Amino acid sequence: MGLLDKQFSDDNIILAKTEDLMNWARLSSLWQVGFGLACCAIEMMATSASHWDFDRFGVIPRPSPRQSDIIIISGTVTLKMAIRVKRLYEQIPDPKYVISMGSCSNCGGPYWEHGYHVLKGVDRVIPVDVYVPGCPPRPEALLEGLLKLQEKIRNETMVRKAVV
Amino acid sequence: MKTPQEIFEILKQKFGESVIGFADNKLLEFAIEIAPLAIAEVGYFLRDDSELLFDNLILLSALDDMTGKKVTEEDGSFRFEGGTLSVIYHIESTSSRHKIVLKVVVPKENAEIESVAYVWNHANWEEREAFDMIGIKFLNHPNMIRILMPYNWDAGYPLRKDYKNPEFYEGMKVPY
Repeated sequence: MGLLDKQFSDDNIILAKTEDLMNWARLSSLWQVGFGLACCAIEMMATSASHWDFDRFGVIPRPSPRQSDIIIISGTVTLKMAIRVKRLYEQIPDPKYVISMGSCSNCGGPYWEHGYHVLKGVDRVIPVDVYVPGCPPRPEALLEGLLKLQEKIRNETMVRKAVV
Repeated sequence: MKTPQEIFEILKQKFGESVIGFADNKLLEFAIEIAPLAIAEVGYFLRDDSELLFDNLILLSALDDMTGKKVTEEDGSFRFEGGTLSVIYHIESTSSRHKIVLKVVVPKENAEIESVAYVWNHANWEEREAFDMIGIKFLNHPNMIRILMPYNWDAGYPLRKDYKNPEFYEGMKVPY
């Protein structure tokens, strides 16, 4: 369902469904909250830097949650931080997406048993769209996670599904 | 430069009863045991005396000695009745190049030690960590609150040997 499939012979007009256009616009400029937690944040920063270049997918760190679209939970979420994470998430305007990056934020990681201070998975406080496994994940893995999220957004619909 | 034995003699002469003992352990370092409420006074002396000049607190550590009576509960968990907690101070003199270890032992029920935060500024956060993790209260500390755990954490002190993690914190489930 390429956006530019139905091109008229006149080059100035493109036909597309509103939904496709909106989804395309949305998935092509996912601004992330400039927010990092632990060692995964180092990988996330490397992904943003020139070698892997997150910006080519339209992902740029934004220093305010109120102007962002996604939040990448990159690292160990402690109980003390979980309250702040939840608050950051609540400040992002809809539609908003969450990528959980690394074992710690997926399920507690190495702290799953004796981590008295660690939240065992960030999905206990906020809903997660994509889980990226790894400890920490390589930048390629995070890119793959983003592509998965884009795939998800591409197939979103504004039409309410018919109740059969 | 002075040997630990010489430093012990000086302290013993100056403070008498407050200096409890000297452990000459071949495996570990020499440790001088000090009374809990005298440690600040001893600290000021060690820092300011022209022969000693202990100007640097390398490390302040606290530990649960695991002494006391071990009581096993029905669910397999255990707790200690009574017992002691310790605080260990590694201090050195950067000018005279001598080092010494001080040790303070307090009972768990009444774990109160005089703060040395005004003697060595470094002790400020270290004592807060000892309070946070082990639950030793430092008297006359400028800011005796938790440093790592949330301020409203009421489930106890995590590094005590008989610590039990709570089921919930602020509505979030804590165990896996």
